[in-house]
Amino acid sequence: MKIDLTPVDAPSIRTRPVYAPLEPRLASLHLIVADGEGADAVVDMLAKADNRAEILAAAHVMYTPGPNGTDLTAKLEALGAAQFYRAPTIPAMLPRLARVLLDAHMGTQFYLAGTEGLIGQAERDIMNTGFPHVAIQKEHRGSTLRRVQCVHCKGITENVATDPFKCSHCGLNLFVRDHYSRRLAAFQGVNIDAEDPGQVPESVVRFK
Amino acid sequence: MSLDFKPGAFGDFFKSETFRDDFTYRNSDIRRFPFPFDRDDYMYSVNMEPHVPGRKGTVFENMLDVDEHYVSEMIDRAKVLAEDPLRCQSLPHMTLAGWDTLELVMESKARDYPQWFSLTKNGDRWHWINRPLGIEQSFTFLDESTLPYPPFEYIMRQTQGDWTLQDERDGTLWMDAGIATSQADWSVDFDVGMNFMEWHAPVPLAHQMGVFDRALKFLLKLQHGSPVRRFNWTMTVNPLLDTAPETYPKWGPTKTTLTQENLGRKQHLRVELQSLYRLPRSNAIAFDIRCYLGSFEQIVTVPKWGRRLHRIVRDIHPDLATYKGFIRNRPAMVEWLSKHDDGAPTSAGWWADD
Repeated sequence: MKIDLTPVDAPSIRTRPVYAPLEPRLASLHLIVADGEGADAVVDMLAKADNRAEILAAAHVMYTPGPNGTDLTAKLEALGAAQFYRAPTIPAMLPRLARVLLDAHMGTQFYLAGTEGLIGQAERDIMNTGFPHVAIQKEHRGSTLRRVQCVHCKGITENVATDPFKCSHCGLNLFVRDHYSRRLAAFQGVNIDAEDPGQVPESVVRFK
Repeated sequence: MSLDFKPGAFGDFFKSETFRDDFTYRNSDIRRFPFPFDRDDYMYSVNMEPHVPGRKGTVFENMLDVDEHYVSEMIDRAKVLAEDPLRCQSLPHMTLAGWDTLELVMESKARDYPQWFSLTKNGDRWHWINRPLGIEQSFTFLDESTLPYPPFEYIMRQTQGDWTLQDERDGTLWMDAGIATSQADWSVDFDVGMNFMEWHAPVPLAHQMGVFDRALKFLLKLQHGSPVRRFNWTMTVNPLLDTAPETYPKWGPTKTTLTQENLGRKQHLRVELQSLYRLPRSNAIAFDIRCYLGSFEQIVTVPKWGRRLHRIVRDIHPDLATYKGFIRNRPAMVEWLSKHDDGAPTSAGWWADD
């Protein structure tokens, strides 16, 4: 079976989330979650805010370095938000996010910036608490590495760079389908050599 | 695996047959098969029509068709669910829609097939009898603790077809519950929680044609008591109901087993009779995707269908053949079908010529 791979930036990806630059808004709590180059999106958002001081006084910033190693902790911490927290990884950050969400009331604004993996997982946890998606802004910056769920074994492989790739759980050769689940915060991976076992096209780097 | 029901009516009507392993499934009367092509070519369209009772002796006779494959299909479903419980999911806010669906199915079957199903109501105390599956159940409507499964799963284990339940909010539909054990290669586990445009994302061509925009607009106006239906179709090697992406590594290789000698027996046209119902309490929309399988060798016994199927497969847009998963076998299918097409014109509409 021949599979045509869609370029990463093709506009035809229908389930792929739409990202726009973060805009400052009015809120009782500004919950800012970012990784890697997402820090710059937060800095840019604050630079165009005429209520910058108010936002920072009611801001809780959570940050982790990107999967490519980009670490802009110092830049974000220097903004002087009411609360700043640096996690070593996304999984290490999520329990704190869940705790903060317990106390977040309607009127909270969410700003998610950085990799699709970070944005997807934070959005999933926020939506699980019942917040409307209109309260959530998302801006993609930096790495395009993907978080992919194997449709066969259900295991999620983080930071997928090549297509096809080997599932880190069951070992099947998967191609990355342009089909995205917000509930799972993952793209879908499907076995590429099911019909012709062993005939796996050469991997190409599609996500960096 | 042990079944939690006792199929009691294989007898005269319901067939004991398999959709796996030795694949003994077969249609007793192919003229009952819902042949989906009303002309000699095919392209996407919304093609909705009112789901009203149709011709006697066809799948349109009753709202929910119960055919000779019912008991065997329910056994196959129980096996799939035992192997993979993720095939049936319902997000927490969808329980009421599950009750709505249970009511829709029970009332429809008890009305149209009183010899097999019975529903008696005494206030919210309901009594349900399903004779083909040997099930008798007293329960309290809207009280989950009185059923052995949540309401959606309970009734789906007794209903042919894959079903999804769509919640309506923010001007779109959200697939927040579903069961899939006879699906054409889509994953309920991956898709549950998606909105209308998201779950249709992988379909080629149709988005650009505006098909989904029009379909959504149409469905948002769907009224309780006025269900609608449409056809969809694909191709499947062997009468395998459960062509799930989850198990694709197991069934994918069967696509390479076709020869001109076995193609007529193994290659099946897979037809989905899709019907949609607005539900009264939850305002959700229930979507029934009922699968019918017909082998090529049985379909071509109806001359009009043989001619037309050849022309459809020969001329279909390659993107659609790829999406439907039969591009690699299209040349072999066209070669086999061409022997059943003498080039004669076909009459309009999908019915076999009498």
